[in-house]
Amino acid sequence: MSGLDPLRLTAKVAKRLLVDGEVSAAELAKTYLDQIAAVEPRVKAYIRVTYDNAAKYSTKVDREMQAMRGPLAGLPIAIKDNMVTEGVTTTCASRILRDYMPVYTATAVRQVWDDHVVMLGKTNLDEFAMGSSTENSSYQTTANPWDLATVPGGSSGGSAAAVAAGEALWALGSDTGGSIRQPAALCGIVGMKPTYGAVSRYGLIAFASSLDQIGPLTRSVYDCALLLQHIVGRDCMDSTSVALPEPVKLPDAQRLDGLRVGIPAEYLAAGIEPGVRARFDETTARVEELGGTCVEISLPHTEYALPAYYIIAPAEASANLARFDGVRYGYRCKDPVDLLDMYERTRGEGFGPEVKRRIMIGTYALSAGYYDAYYGRAQVVRTLVRRDFERAFAGVDLIASPTTPTVAFRAGSRTADPLSMYVCDICTIPANLAGLPAISIPCGLSDGLPVGFQLIGPAFSENRILQTAHALEGAIGFDTAPGFRDSREEVPQ
Amino acid sequence: MSAWEPVIGLEMHVELDTRTKMFCGCAVTKGDEPNVHTCPVCLAHPGALPVVNQRAIEYAARIALALHCTVQPRNIFHRKNYFYPDLPKAYQISQFDEPLATGGWFDYWVDGENLRCRINRVHMEEDAAKLIHAGGDTGRIAGSDYSMVDFNRGGTPLIEIVTEPDIPSPEAAREFLQQLRNLVIELGVSECNMEEGQIRWDANVSVRPAGSETLGTRTELKNMNSFRYLQQALDAEIPRQIEVLEAGGTIDLETLHFDPDTGTTTPLRSKEEAHDYRYFPEPDLVPLVIDPVWVEELRATQPELPAARVERFMEHYGLSRADAVVLGSSAPMAGFYEEVVAAGAGAKPAANWTMGEYLAHLNAAGLEAGHGHVTAERLAKLVKLVESGTVSTSSGKEVFALMIEERAEPEAVVEKHGLGQISDTSELEAAVARVLSENPAQVEQYRGGKQQVLGFLVGQVMKATGGRANPQLVNELLRAALDG
Repeated sequence: MSGLDPLRLTAKVAKRLLVDGEVSAAELAKTYLDQIAAVEPRVKAYIRVTYDNAAKYSTKVDREMQAMRGPLAGLPIAIKDNMVTEGVTTTCASRILRDYMPVYTATAVRQVWDDHVVMLGKTNLDEFAMGSSTENSSYQTTANPWDLATVPGGSSGGSAAAVAAGEALWALGSDTGGSIRQPAALCGIVGMKPTYGAVSRYGLIAFASSLDQIGPLTRSVYDCALLLQHIVGRDCMDSTSVALPEPVKLPDAQRLDGLRVGIPAEYLAAGIEPGVRARFDETTARVEELGGTCVEISLPHTEYALPAYYIIAPAEASANLARFDGVRYGYRCKDPVDLLDMYERTRGEGFGPEVKRRIMIGTYALSAGYYDAYYGRAQVVRTLVRRDFERAFAGVDLIASPTTPTVAFRAGSRTADPLSMYVCDICTIPANLAGLPAISIPCGLSDGLPVGFQLIGPAFSENRILQTAHALEGAIGFDTAPGFRDSREEVPQ
Repeated sequence: MSAWEPVIGLEMHVELDTRTKMFCGCAVTKGDEPNVHTCPVCLAHPGALPVVNQRAIEYAARIALALHCTVQPRNIFHRKNYFYPDLPKAYQISQFDEPLATGGWFDYWVDGENLRCRINRVHMEEDAAKLIHAGGDTGRIAGSDYSMVDFNRGGTPLIEIVTEPDIPSPEAAREFLQQLRNLVIELGVSECNMEEGQIRWDANVSVRPAGSETLGTRTELKNMNSFRYLQQALDAEIPRQIEVLEAGGTIDLETLHFDPDTGTTTPLRSKEEAHDYRYFPEPDLVPLVIDPVWVEELRATQPELPAARVERFMEHYGLSRADAVVLGSSAPMAGFYEEVVAAGAGAKPAANWTMGEYLAHLNAAGLEAGHGHVTAERLAKLVKLVESGTVSTSSGKEVFALMIEERAEPEAVVEKHGLGQISDTSELEAAVARVLSENPAQVEQYRGGKQQVLGFLVGQVMKATGGRANPQLVNELLRAALDG
């Protein structure tokens, strides 16, 4: 055995070990497959583990290492199951796509495949990425490796839990209102949502097209930058994609001299738990220790961001999910009597309750007579939120906040009340509405559970965010290895 | 009836002949086996995204410019939501409140009168797939055993042209459509093949007291795929509305289906059942910004359009407006005529022969201008033979018929069949003398002062010479013999 610790191994180190010949790609893949065998029955991060592909492809990388010496060659990855992968079923955690076999591969996935990463499998999510706990999956509930009684966050909960549990070296997720950053925060790892358009959405099964972005979930900020480097770029298949004005750099900053960080008062007013607040305050203190300054700022339209989001995202979703009609692929109800019956039962039986709720909200918001009051109004709010940020970035370089108001909560504790679930994303949604890049890094524990620290930057400031996060990460010294305790059983560690 | 006047507006859909579809790289073709020109985008597979076809924008802009519309510098695509198996995304990417082009006009001719119809807008969208309902006898979904979808057509670039309600009669509506179709064909952006549904239209019609300025409630007529049906449907719908109104009733805003077998219109769906399309801006596409410089480049490279060509034909060839319209309204006819002139025929005789014998030949053979069995060069030679007096006009017609029958040059026909004009005085004098001796009564009448008889005698000489006599010479010889 390689003696590698999958709970602490970073891509940076793994890559060096591979290049130096201290470990083979096959050994590396086996490390993760072994960990999957050990913890997956409790964590349930994957919808499908591609054992054969991982074993065969890692062996191929070893055999052809000279030819395949791409910068990511042999590094095992997990992919959120809402990115289509040719030849590997892609379900979106929905019954309506239970056995759906894509005929093409998402651009972002294609890019890392071309760099010879080894795919370990497809990870669990809230159905169609709608949710903040991964409890809306039609297949399974993923557990948080820090406390198996709690949720991993969502919707990229499978990707976050897989990385945190050492079941993957790193992962790709998608973020519509916080779906990368919130689970990264709850699972004690790094998660980044790039600037809208930085990563192609081609092949990402759309939830809300104007908000969705693919991004990395990793064990370190350096790894985050390394993976981001290989997925960004203008894609002729996605009209909304853009080329970054400068390439993504691998971060090396130790100090934050001269950096001005804004702390929005409105985010701290939003029901932040004391433990989360304490870790946040410690981290802003570290910003100053490293030479930066923190100033209080105001983003006055913050309170309207959440309601605006819950109009815009469902409105777009109501159209995006209309294609699942039983005609061409996916689930179709048994023995429909006519066309309308086929539509109604296929969709009624194929979609889960949260997806139906959002389709209905979105349909209503776009209906004749309501459009101006809801969708039109929400777009006005979106513009105001964007302007808040523009004004703020005239005075500060970055904005910092807790990623989530609370640490991971007990599974089942919020499922009965959708609104209590929706407020999980109160600190992350504004960056999606404004299309801005944002990262979450772990900044300590509260009651034994990870706390996330969020940095939001102006459009295309990925490098500034990564450098700052890297310097802070070094100062914080967070240990990414979770304990797999289960507070329901009160098992001591 | 005359107390009422109809008001008609049209909405036309035209499929563009681009190489690829509106939002993906699949080929636009006709007649291939079903579902071969498909991809994740036009089948709406999960995760697929649209990308706008630049050539389709150019074609649509060319149509808009030909209709004197303003091409808008900023365009927004919208999603038009409804469920149907021929619409794989369950929304059509279309345009709504920020279309490609607005505010133009189209001048067209009805019975020699020039009418202007204002154009409200030209917008871009994508065509639906083709549904085939098997079993049942109506070909409609209700009552069929099963349905099949052919996605080859799905996603074909489509433009919609919407007029203002400016068209005053069913006949004018028909003329408008025919002339607009010619225009689109000449732009080279669509073949407008009607059998393949490349051009389709709906008509909105209302009636109002003659001279009134306000519009009545309209109905929308669907399912018209021929010019004849359009006129028939309007001819049926307008009296129906008048009858309802005169009986004190009201017209419902509804969509009607025209049944060509019964010649009547029946409601398709009423306003109550009308779709709520829930339009909203398409988030997968960024606003389309159109460079005004590019628009000017398009304008400068537009082909000559019928209206301008008619003016040029009048100016340059000295044709009457009526002749210029016949010859100049379509590119193939105009091209043929200009070739005849270029080959040396006089502009006016060339016009007469092209509109006369040549057009009759095309109609009889069911051919398009330029595809008849007489080339422009040969027709020009014939026209010159007549102009020079080598062949008489009446013999010329015979020569034309023989040129088609024998696929021969006019000179060869004239030679072979002895159709050259007789201008030999001695030969004609004999015929004149014979005709005079055979018709003493007419000679008497003429000499008694009834000059009109001369025409009869000329005709007799022409007949005697098989139509080959030079009529002017015959005239002179007859007068000399009678008066002398």
